[in-house]
Amino acid sequence: MAKNNYIKLLTDPLIKGNPVFVLLLGLCPTLGVTNSAINGMAMGLATLVVLSCSNVIISAIKKLIPAKVRIPAYIIVIATLVTIVQMVMQGYLPELYAVLGLFLPLIVVNCIILGRAESFASKNGIFPSLLDGIGNGLGFTLALTVLGSIREILGNGSFFGLQLTPPTFQPALIFILAPGAFITIGFIIATQNYIKMKKEG
Amino acid sequence: MDLGNLFGIIFGSIFINNFVFAKFLGICPFMGVSKKVESSIGMGMAVTFVMTLASAVTWVVQNYLLVPFELEYLQTIAFILIIASLVQFVEMAVQKTSPNLYKALGVFLPLITTNCAVLGVAILNIQEKYNFIETVVNGMAAAIGFTMALILLAGIRERLEYADVPRPFQGVAIAFVTAGLLAMAFMGFSGMKI
Repeated sequence: MAKNNYIKLLTDPLIKGNPVFVLLLGLCPTLGVTNSAINGMAMGLATLVVLSCSNVIISAIKKLIPAKVRIPAYIIVIATLVTIVQMVMQGYLPELYAVLGLFLPLIVVNCIILGRAESFASKNGIFPSLLDGIGNGLGFTLALTVLGSIREILGNGSFFGLQLTPPTFQPALIFILAPGAFITIGFIIATQNYIKMKKEG
Repeated sequence: MDLGNLFGIIFGSIFINNFVFAKFLGICPFMGVSKKVESSIGMGMAVTFVMTLASAVTWVVQNYLLVPFELEYLQTIAFILIIASLVQFVEMAVQKTSPNLYKALGVFLPLITTNCAVLGVAILNIQEKYNFIETVVNGMAAAIGFTMALILLAGIRERLEYADVPRPFQGVAIAFVTAGLLAMAFMGFSGMKI
């Protein structure tokens, strides 16, 4: 593969083929943990680690897995990696572990990871698979951080825990509660559609 | 058996802590299958069946296999394998015994493995330290809550087809905003304590 293609693997999933906003994959953690920018980013990075490792491992063992049982085999690889991430986080970052809670084991059923394993890592070499994993992981992290930032600024008046608005300003609490997640992502997708429409004329 | 306690679990899982609107579990099928009421009923039935069964089986495995042998750290791997094989098994069983039901549920069954509501409820049951009956009841109630949310959104989306939605909002965007408004309505239950 040419050098250009490698760069494309990394940059394409960031905006143009963003796994969350364009492909609508991995919505549960996207909405569930993004009540602040830092939580969204942490979840994104945990997924990035699992996704890159699972892409590399699956690409390395793809010839050994019989086609019929490939999905359960992928799931075992992913579940093992998730368990490792869970244990590391519980040991070194216990506060973050408590905040992400249920959504940490649920990385196993994040459709982005299984989707990349099935559509990319099972057909490509180890190095391109690693780049694809990192690219998609970064795209996912970017989406979660953007969503978390918007919700935190509107709902809490802060950004990464830094107070932005004066104390007299009353933030719209609804944005860090459940309905805010749905409404914010709806508006982000609509904005994206609007920009696309403008470009096409 | 304390019936009031069971009622509390049922009401809590369907309304107060609705899986879709309050816990954000099962959003992918919630957005994907909610275009038609008919298909959302099929998906809801399949999910209810699998979730109830998965709750029961994972509880037994956790308490009689993982805990006695001190293998709790294998929970995630064990549960996802149970769910995946359960879905496969249900698919084969339904196909053999009831071709009609298979036709109705067939396409939805493989999708359930990656429905995070199923794994979510299994882990929650263990975290809440429910006993066996509470676990089964909670699994079923959570699935009914999911089905209700799915059918509600599908009903609204069917009507949205005829509405004059601004162009950038057409499709998923308006569905998300609608779900947000539904979630707001469900917040009305959030103060209730049973």
